Amino acid sequence: MHPSAFRRAIPALRPHHRLAWQSAFSCVCSVFFCLRTEAILLTCASVLVVGADAAAHGFAGQRFFPATLVTDDPFVADEMSLPTITLVPNPASDGSPSTVEYDVSVDISKRITTNLDIEISSTWQNIKTTGPGNSSVTGFANLDVGSKYLLLVNAPHEFLLSVGVDAEIGGTGSSSLGVDHFSTISPGLFFGKGLGDLPRNLPLLRPFAVTGVLSMDFPTQNKTTSDSGDVEWNPHVLGTGLAIEYSIPYLQASVMDLGIPKPFNRMIPLVEFNFQTPVDRGQRGLTTGIICPGIIWSTTYFQIGFEALIPANPRTGHNVGAIGQLHFYLDDMFPHTIGKPLFGGR
Amino acid sequence: MRNPSVPSYATLLLVLSWAGAPPAVAHAFLDHAAPRVGSTVSQAPSELALSFTQNLEPAFSSVEVFDEKGVKVDKGDVQVDPNDGALLRVSLNPLPPGTYKVVWHVVSVDTHPTEGDFTFQVAP
Repeated sequence: MHPSAFRRAIPALRPHHRLAWQSAFSCVCSVFFCLRTEAILLTCASVLVVGADAAAHGFAGQRFFPATLVTDDPFVADEMSLPTITLVPNPASDGSPSTVEYDVSVDISKRITTNLDIEISSTWQNIKTTGPGNSSVTGFANLDVGSKYLLLVNAPHEFLLSVGVDAEIGGTGSSSLGVDHFSTISPGLFFGKGLGDLPRNLPLLRPFAVTGVLSMDFPTQNKTTSDSGDVEWNPHVLGTGLAIEYSIPYLQASVMDLGIPKPFNRMIPLVEFNFQTPVDRGQRGLTTGIICPGIIWSTTYFQIGFEALIPANPRTGHNVGAIGQLHFYLDDMFPHTIGKPLFGGR
Repeated sequence: MRNPSVPSYATLLLVLSWAGAPPAVAHAFLDHAAPRVGSTVSQAPSELALSFTQNLEPAFSSVEVFDEKGVKVDKGDVQVDPNDGALLRVSLNPLPPGTYKVVWHVVSVDTHPTEGDFTFQVAP
């Protein structure tokens, strides 16, 4: 789950908007706060991109893929991210006060069969104004639910392919956050590829792996009209995510044992990229995105991950945020009970 | 309850998750090997030993060793060490200098399967 989910680029809010960023984070996390401008609208759509995908850890042959934090990965698994915490500071601009946004998310993924799961994700948000006239807005973002089906696993080539769909259910979040009252459906295609099948004379490249996602947001309303009569268009949004990982465990167990001691021998440095590109309704090509370097430490029953959240362009924002996640492998913790598929064995 | 506090929410989920948990077991990862993964040894080993992170199911755990031509060079006497359920051993035929590939498939005692391969070299 890992991803737990978040996979949304933090859309950038322009200076005159009250938030400089929107969380790109957790599945459910969306920050529908003070929705007014097209940038916010963009944010709203973007935030839905991969919906409730709880990111998963998984295997393809001898390749172990950890659960990534910001992009969804292609696995179907029993797992839980609890908590995922994100922090995004937003500077004051154009008369808007500076704010600090905290998100706390939980993502749960449960296998129905060996290759099919359901996912649910919820995010609690707190947005504090740090300038004069301090204020705070708190509540839950809209609920995200989803499902994923693992289409293909090629063990020798460490390759996986899956399809999934997520839905942000409009109106299920706190009104204080100004959540959307329409839903957004986001089908996606997911893949994972380890480079362990490279020639043996390229040993130091073999621990590399990539996972990725391509998705499209379909809002159930093409526009939203505010009480004041302002119309905001809800575009379709193309979501692209990529995670590039270097697995120290793979290096040690499958390429060359360098004697790297604990805890470093279980670390997986990675960089994630998450971009959102509206494709219509007056916002075509207004891409936002984040680049997230970090590290995951994976052990037998859980993993811990930390990443920086760096805006990829000025449209996305200017401040660096952070994300941290504790992620449990339920299939390893409870292999005979909640950690196995409801139908069809392991 | 629409908006439980985060601490209570998290605590509840954690308690529910851990309640009634059986003794945890998990996927068995290769922790280390002798000869070491990717190493070059000056003397041909008479045995290969693989140490995993979890105890193994002997009936479903195996390891084979092949030379550069794909000829099997182990003696086929694979066994889980009776004193260490996470240690898999197999005896080797006399190995001339060359590169050898180790291929293993194991199942941890809770039936999680894992697999892997690596090479080591015997120096001339």
